[in-house]
Amino acid sequence: MLLPKARGELSEALYDALRSETGEVGSLHLQPTDGDDAQIALWAMYELHYAGFEDAGDEMEWHPDVLRLRRRLERDFEAELRARHTATTLDEPFAESLFSFIADHDGPSLAAYVQRKADREQVLELLRHRSIYHLKESDPIAWVVPRLPTAPKAALMELQFDEYGDGDPNRLHAHLFALGLEAAGLRPDLYAYIDDVPVEILELNNAMSLFGLHRRLRAAALGHLAAFEATSSLPSRRMAQGLARLELPPEMIAYYEEHVEADAVHEQLAVRTICGSLVAEEPQLVDDVVFGAFTCLDLEDRYAQRMLDEWAAA
Amino acid sequence: MTEHGFEHPDVIVCPGGPLLLRGEHVVEDADGNTHATQRPVSAVCRCGKSADQPWCDGTHKVLPARDRP
Ligand code: FES
Ligand SMILES: [Fe+2]
Ligand SMILES: [Fe+2]
Repeated sequence: MLLPKARGELSEALYDALRSETGEVGSLHLQPTDGDDAQIALWAMYELHYAGFEDAGDEMEWHPDVLRLRRRLERDFEAELRARHTATTLDEPFAESLFSFIADHDGPSLAAYVQRKADREQVLELLRHRSIYHLKESDPIAWVVPRLPTAPKAALMELQFDEYGDGDPNRLHAHLFALGLEAAGLRPDLYAYIDDVPVEILELNNAMSLFGLHRRLRAAALGHLAAFEATSSLPSRRMAQGLARLELPPEMIAYYEEHVEADAVHEQLAVRTICGSLVAEEPQLVDDVVFGAFTCLDLEDRYAQRMLDEWAAA
Repeated sequence: MTEHGFEHPDVIVCPGGPLLLRGEHVVEDADGNTHATQRPVSAVCRCGKSADQPWCDGTHKVLPARDRP
């Protein structure tokens, strides 16, 4: 995998630095051209911690100048995410109240559109966009494991084990998605479609890496997980029905059907045994759990709205 | 944490939702068909409305409060 296309002056300068043969980075003090430029630069720097790029040196992952730029962009991004969120208190019992917070959040539904109205081209576009996350599904939350006390750590691993196929690579969720892409005639290799995704998809992915890579934000990472899992079963059923209506291949439908059943379990684990045991031990983290949950729902809404607007205008 | 360590029940009843089962089990559905669990934790439907019996598919969340288990 090669570095994606630059989207502005800052990402251009960053990629030049990452490709530098001498390992000299120089100063990366430029301001981003716009949101796209900032988000693709941040995405590329995060990616150095996952699969990396063939045209970026392995040393760059921990290069201080790269980290300095990452920190600057992360600060702006976190401030923006926090500004979008209105602090909300959760009543007791915690689990029921977190479930209601998530259920009460109203937003546009891409799954409902796919179920009844979308055409084949629109669904393939959606799958290309979703591939950025689904091909590394659950990896961002894996960073959180060593940062948790005993009970939430064991609980998170109980869920993650299922995401990673219960020990069977054939059942690993990211692999199921790759099989679905291939069967649908799309490219199953990592980030093949990164240059096509809108900024909302970059934000969705960057928020997960931001939360996952900072111990300080561990509760936001788990809150994000809870909201993600708790808004998956019913929409996955709708996705599966829409894909079947459009006669997409069974492998792609199977990915969504697996998520109907798996996420009906995962939502209970994420809310009750994972977030529940964390806040039982560290009650001051409730606000960050809610912030993470809100961020997941809000970024998903922004992406859904963008796609529905684009398709309506076409 | 209790005196003997952490609470780690084999069965968890989720208020208004499914029954969580830890470990390997064979579950017989209302029609007498058997289903083996496939994952570390499984969710058995308690509301009767799941389209994926005997497993929960999240349908309980859209039921009016009086129809939730
Ligand atoms: S308990 Fe979840 S669908 Fe019945
Ligand atoms: Fe998954
Ligand atoms: Fe899941």
